[in-house]
Amino acid sequence: MLEIRYVWELPVRVSHWVNAVCVLVLSVTGFYIGNPFYPASDTAAYIMGWNRFIHFTFAYLFLASLIVRFYWFLFGNHHSSWRMFFPWATKSGRKAAITFFRYYTFTGPKLPYEVGHNPLAAMAYAGVYSLFVLQLVTGFAIYGQFQPDGFWFGIFGTLLTWIDVQTLRLVHHLTMWLLGGFFINHFYSAWLMDVKEMNGVMSSIFSGYKFVERDDL
Amino acid sequence: MQNPETRLPEGSVPEEILQQWEKRGVSRRSFLKFCSAMTATLALPVTMMGRVAQALEADSSPPLIWLEFQDCAGDSEAFLRANQPTAAEIILDYLSVDYHETIMAAAGHQAEAAKHQTIEKYKGKYLVVVEGSIPMADGGVYCTVGGDSALNIARQVCGNAAATIAVGSCATFGGIPAATPNPTGAVSVREAVPGATVINLPGCPVNVQNLTATIVHYLTFGRLPATDQLARPKFAYGKRIHDNCERRSHFDAGQYAETFGDPGHRQGWCLYKLGCKGPETFHNCPTVRYNEGSSWPIQAGHGCLGCSEPQFWDAMTPFYRRLPQVPGFGVESTADKIGLGLIAATGVAFAAHAVASSFRKGDKLEADQVVKED
Repeated sequence: MLEIRYVWELPVRVSHWVNAVCVLVLSVTGFYIGNPFYPASDTAAYIMGWNRFIHFTFAYLFLASLIVRFYWFLFGNHHSSWRMFFPWATKSGRKAAITFFRYYTFTGPKLPYEVGHNPLAAMAYAGVYSLFVLQLVTGFAIYGQFQPDGFWFGIFGTLLTWIDVQTLRLVHHLTMWLLGGFFINHFYSAWLMDVKEMNGVMSSIFSGYKFVERDDL
Repeated sequence: MQNPETRLPEGSVPEEILQQWEKRGVSRRSFLKFCSAMTATLALPVTMMGRVAQALEADSSPPLIWLEFQDCAGDSEAFLRANQPTAAEIILDYLSVDYHETIMAAAGHQAEAAKHQTIEKYKGKYLVVVEGSIPMADGGVYCTVGGDSALNIARQVCGNAAATIAVGSCATFGGIPAATPNPTGAVSVREAVPGATVINLPGCPVNVQNLTATIVHYLTFGRLPATDQLARPKFAYGKRIHDNCERRSHFDAGQYAETFGDPGHRQGWCLYKLGCKGPETFHNCPTVRYNEGSSWPIQAGHGCLGCSEPQFWDAMTPFYRRLPQVPGFGVESTADKIGLGLIAATGVAFAAHAVASSFRKGDKLEADQVVKED
């Protein structure tokens, strides 16, 4: 008998989609800022100006979304807890990770049965959240240079004396491509699991519900 | 000096002072220009002009020692060869420059003796300008003057000075001698003499206007101007070049020169895509410019190299590209090419996985629950 379980709470779903939109918008505008690939027709245009404005606005939105998600790491249900980032810390987590890894590499026949994140995905999200934080730190450090007496320079000014800003810029740029690679992995894995697990994982990130058979757990 | 201009409007320069400078061969116009330029460079209100003029009158002018270590004398050249000699003349006339290897008449033991005399007599009162980096490797043997190492000289001269003004990118951050692999172990004055009072005026060369203004600030207020976290005066290094650039409107619009000499370049468009480092360089070049305000690199059509930033020779290269090279990849591999390669490889790998997975049978978890529809 299939149960309908409420797995992803509202803050998780909202921050997931806000993050997705932010990463998309920030990547497109950020790519333009790094390499303005289409020219302006005349001096009255404001193409770089708008790209930068949108980039900075979505950076703040992204920051807000991550603050919400970090709050929910502490106060959400166990599927959204920060503990899910460390599946290798428990014996059952390690076992499930190995089973999943073997399935994924065609060396094992079956999937582990998971209600929330599968252990490999959880580890990938630990990496992705690290990249998110890296993007925010490098991004706001570069951004803060426009006003050396301002808030962001106050926070990251010291960082800029340790690491030169060109290195930060390169890291910011390369991390965008790493997040692009993550997106391909993430989208494909979700699709694959939707087909193979048959528990509605794709729709769960819209609705929060997954179909779980208690006997299989 | 007493205050004779109480009846004069605020900021005006007393007549006697102007006459005194005229006697020394500096016209009233030149002197007033100098005072107003200094007041403006220091971002002081115009009412301070009188005070600046008076400061250059005081009897107790501090002696100045100008040291050169691992340098090219470019900062000395910049200081001495301003096309209107006024600024340098006024300062040189006012300060007693007791030691400057490039311009002093004395030589050998005589010159060294004069230097030591100044240090003894004016201990804690004289000013030092340092040009060039200080080598630390192998006991400092790579730069010696008069038989003593640069490090020893710097410790002795800067350590006993009222203040040290490090000029140029070498004295402030190590500059080109400190670029990788830095064979001489070159360091800045601040690193070589940690206890000394040092203000940094980076640039390759230093902008004379900023050096003069720093000295004038010291003479007027008795202390060095306010500095940032890299010990650079905020009046000169408080804003990015990019934020005061005359080509900024082209940047915001999205108009960029693609190559040197193309139509965009000829129309004065933004040099961002030619590797201009204005967006990461703090300096007042766009407002003060070089050579008595005649021009500066971006006005002349060349992107900023970021010469006044720490370790610019390593950090700001390649000079004609936006981003640094990715370590471990070839010269022609830009970050974007590598990123696109990464995306393509990921896409291919996952597409292959998708094909293989679609042929996989019997691995669906809830296959027993499926009811086929007609």
